[in-house]
Amino acid sequence: MKDMELGIPNLVAFAETMEALAAEDKDIIAVTSDSRGSGKLKPFGERFPQQIVEVGIAEQNLVGMAAGLASTGKKVFAVSPSCFLTARSLEQIKNDVCYSDNPVNLVGISAGVSYGALGSTHHSIHDLAVLRAINNINIMVPADNFETQKAITTAAQLNEPTFIRFGKRPMYHLHSSATKFELGKGIKLKDGSDLAFVATGETVYHAYKAAEALEKDGTHCTVLSMHSIKPFDEALLLETANKCQAMITVEEHSIYGGLGELCASTLMQHGKALPLKIVGIPDEYTVTGPQVDIFNHYGISPEGLYQTAKSLLLSELST
Amino acid sequence: MTPTELEQKSIEYRKKILKYIKQAKAGHTGGSLSCIDILNVLYNEVMNVGPDNFDSPDRDRYVQSKGHSVEALYVVLADQGFFPETDLETLCQYKSHYVGHPTRKVNGIEQNTGALGHGLAISAGMALAAKMDKKSYRVFTLLGDGELAEGSNWEAAMMIAHYKLDNLTAIVDRNMLQITDRTHNVLNTEPLEEKFKAFGWQVKEVNGHDFAGLTKVLKQGAFETGKPNLVIANTIKGKGISFMEDVLKWHHGVPDDEHYKQAQQELLDQELLFKAK
Repeated sequence: MKDMELGIPNLVAFAETMEALAAEDKDIIAVTSDSRGSGKLKPFGERFPQQIVEVGIAEQNLVGMAAGLASTGKKVFAVSPSCFLTARSLEQIKNDVCYSDNPVNLVGISAGVSYGALGSTHHSIHDLAVLRAINNINIMVPADNFETQKAITTAAQLNEPTFIRFGKRPMYHLHSSATKFELGKGIKLKDGSDLAFVATGETVYHAYKAAEALEKDGTHCTVLSMHSIKPFDEALLLETANKCQAMITVEEHSIYGGLGELCASTLMQHGKALPLKIVGIPDEYTVTGPQVDIFNHYGISPEGLYQTAKSLLLSELST
Repeated sequence: MTPTELEQKSIEYRKKILKYIKQAKAGHTGGSLSCIDILNVLYNEVMNVGPDNFDSPDRDRYVQSKGHSVEALYVVLADQGFFPETDLETLCQYKSHYVGHPTRKVNGIEQNTGALGHGLAISAGMALAAKMDKKSYRVFTLLGDGELAEGSNWEAAMMIAHYKLDNLTAIVDRNMLQITDRTHNVLNTEPLEEKFKAFGWQVKEVNGHDFAGLTKVLKQGAFETGKPNLVIANTIKGKGISFMEDVLKWHHGVPDDEHYKQAQQELLDQELLFKAK
């Protein structure tokens, strides 16, 4: 991989992708709940005023109405902060989108602890857990601008109930445009047989930086970007587990019900045991402040992951 | 159909509703009997939808927000030819598509409902799509009066008026009873007319068992250009069966053999009376 360059926020990559899609297809509709500013969709709204619908601060109606629109053949993207979208309107997601099979694309913006300083009302560390338990929904968590653009275009083409969540700070480019992106398939960013970092979303970069630091110490790491939480690339996970001595999962989500438990469950059910550490937000009143400080606090930072890797490998060697 | 023919049709529908609820040993008896006349008029007189055009993007759409009264919808859809009536023999059985709330696995059903407070928002999306695409189809949704305690209805009501969706008609099956008690004792949702008017709707009130009145008001289209339409249909829960009318326990009460016999006899008597006229 080349030296990583800083890109734009995934939020902006999403909005630009939406514009490109809408220019080609008049059935692409963005639905917002007073969230076109937060969703960087103001330029979209100015360019395609007939393809954006504002419902006001009413997330239940956002999703229910989006389901009705989608039932008529519209390719709908319902855009709202993930904290509200996946909690306030959870029943609409469950029934009107998934159960009724209306192909709404639910876009959870400022997910995880992007709104870190605003308190837990605005944190979204439950979304993967609750949506994983609902039948008939794809879940994608892109790591960089490339993955975001691909997730959005994939969703538009799939025409199935889909949830995509990302944050709002600029992201480093992890991929070239030649990288293959496919729903249900993870992407291997780095290959090594000592330790595997299995990460999702905006923590993938942190895992990668930790792996680079470990490399200098002679520890060779695999780094996976598991952008597709559902369906999940079990084959890649198992192949990686068979090769590596230990595994660390990384996510901007509760340690309950997210990527880590998904990996643990998959490994155990395939008879694969290896030292495993789930890094995420623990079950406590989440500390508040800038996202980067919350990451540092819970060890989701490159330094924190480096230390966790050292501890895990040390304990592995001592047993 | 004439109002008289519709009335006769409703007797037939009521017989079937009771038959299949009795067979399944489950169902929402009272609410199905209160809304059946509305469904009768919608499907037989008002809506441009049937088995032959159900795939058409131009069809009229019906979303049953009060999904629990699905038995009424099933017998009407069977009568319309969406599926053989014998399918209803499997109502609520293991793996049957004919479950206790509407699902799209049953031909003729637009949306899966059952959790209350969802139909109006879904209908809003359908009606908005018609406006976007300059299509002339209409969207109907049936709400319960108890259901109006769900806040999501009022989010949708605001939005529907904001977007001037005059191609949408919401009908409230106002039978004044819900599972616990009289609606005004559980949570008073009145005055409905004033509330919806304040939200920017045009409102008409009708006897929900008067076929001529229902036909007139539902056929009319937009009551006022640029405003959504609310029809408050005053109904009687358990309508048509003397001992069920306005009696709480028949919300989801299933008739035993004696009650069933009596109920069917009453409907037979109504039919004979009709023929004698």
